[in-house]
Amino acid sequence: MAKTLFDKIWDAHTVTQVENGPTQLYIDRHLCHEVTSPQAFDGLRRRGLKVFRPGKTTATTDHNIPTENQDLPIKDQVSRFQVDTLTKNCEEFGITLYGLGNEKNGVVHVMGPENGLTQPGMTIVCGDSHTSTHGAFGAVAFGVGTSEVEMVLASQCVLQSRPKTMRITFEGKLNPFVSSKDIALYMISKLTTGGATGYFVEYAGEAIRNLSMEARMTLCNLSIEMGARGGLIAPDETTFEYVKGREFAPQGADWDKASAYWKTLKTDEGAKFDKEITFNAGEIEPMITYGTNPGMGMPITGTIPSPESIGEAGRISFQRSMEYMGFKPGEKMSGKPVDYVFLGSCTNGRIEDFRAFANFVKGKKKAGNVTVWLVPGSRRVEKQIREEGLDKILNEAGFVLRQPGCSACLAMNDDKVPAGKYSVSTSNRNFEGRQGPGARTLLASPLVAAAAAVTGKITDPREL
Amino acid sequence: MNKFQTLTSTCVPLPMENVDTDQIIPARFLKATTREGFGDNLFADRRYDKEGKPVADFVLNNPLYKGEVLVAGKNFGSGSSREHAAWAIAGYGFRVVVSSFFADIFRNNALNNFVLPVIVSDKFLSELFADIDKDPNTTVTVDLEKQTIVNNVSGKSETFEISAYKKNCLLNGYDDIDFLLSNKDKIEAWEKQWV
Repeated sequence: MAKTLFDKIWDAHTVTQVENGPTQLYIDRHLCHEVTSPQAFDGLRRRGLKVFRPGKTTATTDHNIPTENQDLPIKDQVSRFQVDTLTKNCEEFGITLYGLGNEKNGVVHVMGPENGLTQPGMTIVCGDSHTSTHGAFGAVAFGVGTSEVEMVLASQCVLQSRPKTMRITFEGKLNPFVSSKDIALYMISKLTTGGATGYFVEYAGEAIRNLSMEARMTLCNLSIEMGARGGLIAPDETTFEYVKGREFAPQGADWDKASAYWKTLKTDEGAKFDKEITFNAGEIEPMITYGTNPGMGMPITGTIPSPESIGEAGRISFQRSMEYMGFKPGEKMSGKPVDYVFLGSCTNGRIEDFRAFANFVKGKKKAGNVTVWLVPGSRRVEKQIREEGLDKILNEAGFVLRQPGCSACLAMNDDKVPAGKYSVSTSNRNFEGRQGPGARTLLASPLVAAAAAVTGKITDPREL
Repeated sequence: MNKFQTLTSTCVPLPMENVDTDQIIPARFLKATTREGFGDNLFADRRYDKEGKPVADFVLNNPLYKGEVLVAGKNFGSGSSREHAAWAIAGYGFRVVVSSFFADIFRNNALNNFVLPVIVSDKFLSELFADIDKDPNTTVTVDLEKQTIVNNVSGKSETFEISAYKKNCLLNGYDDIDFLLSNKDKIEAWEKQWV
């Protein structure tokens, strides 16, 4: 029977199907960080268990670390204790940790792919919802809670109900200045923040095929923002070229064998999805969000919708979001003043994002009224920025590079946007308080962020 | 108490859609390394002002509303996978969350903490909100064995979905890890054939 790519990977990793219950799914790669793991390791200790397959878990510190002076002890004692707890747990349970200062350290969804830990056909989990990022390689990757982290540590398996399948096809070509971030914000604005809940999404079509691996990761990363369990893209030459030669990728004869298998990883002709949606990529413009969930996005040239266009049950939330953001229906977004710009996160903290930002601001100057945080997704991205001389371009334009971490995406560290301030952010969530209590987040692409950074207001990058 | 069978309780209403896990427990409270104490910071940024004083019009600060059932708008628990959201809800004392739609990861996290997510129709939900609004003493009865929820004011009831496996876990206090470890031979057999 014709199968979808998702079904092929899921079925191959099914250890057992619990009667009238979930699938017991084998996990090839488990990624781990300091915030969602300590209680799981405690659980193992309480039960007197070891990690079942320590070689299949890799840990990094990213969520709760400073992005300055990483060579010094972490000032915040509670944060330092959490980071130290991960170090101790990894030592006790025999898990490889790329902690602060390690050249492989970085945001978990940036460092995994960079080091070849992420490969086509794998099942990948992490105690982080943006694990969907790894779907860009044709992997079944999804976020789990801490109880499930404990399950993976104890048994290399999780229990999951089988999601439904959805294919979203983007026909045609993207216009200039439109990135995969805009594809994602456009798609979520059409489908809403819960529109793909219960589904695993496959992205297809000409516009997707033409995307680089970095761009594919951005798109798959945001799958969770429309509720999807995950999103994936069938691997192709672009994928193989990215993976080849990376440290943990198969080498030599193993590579030949693996890549032969990977080439079979695509949806069969005639396979049925539970839902199919098609968009025209040429219709997508640079996007920006105006509200307090990622589904509240619009073209940067547009106006904020009226409450009448929102369903009645959603109106309380809509009105509240307008009050929180300090916006009114019918207003234009372009021209609104901006206080902060954040380039970084597992969504847009990769080398391509820094290239796009740097090329855009080259020869321009940072606006005086804006605080700009440029946070590479990993040590490797940071190194590459310097090797390519992007840091010089950025410095000349008045920008300073920070050190890698999740930073202002979730503001667990000191990188907090003050209450009431507007932040154009390349991250993934504009929820109330996400970037700090009272912070007002406007999600956008690196190019829209760059345009805001040099003009000090929301600006269509095509105008500059 | 790691079991769930039946519960009759008054409700705490939160008639907002898309309540994400950042609202349930903001990220700055995720620095803890244990599961305890999150209940105090449940909905922290809605519940307390900048000085840490309770915000009078937020439902958790309104003495009219109490109980072990949280009734919330559509798409509850979206966003971050942080299980801390489920720990905060359980820690505060809720044992049931009623909504017309839950985000996937939150739903799993709730079940893994013996908090029962009950999915009802939009109509049942809006009527329940209206009944609670009229009378804060409105109660619901949730029966896991029968998979029913009853609005005890209107008498209306609905059945709700839960997998037979998870239902059995909740009714008896069984644990997923015990189950997984009991399948170790199957896991090892899977590994042998996957070369």
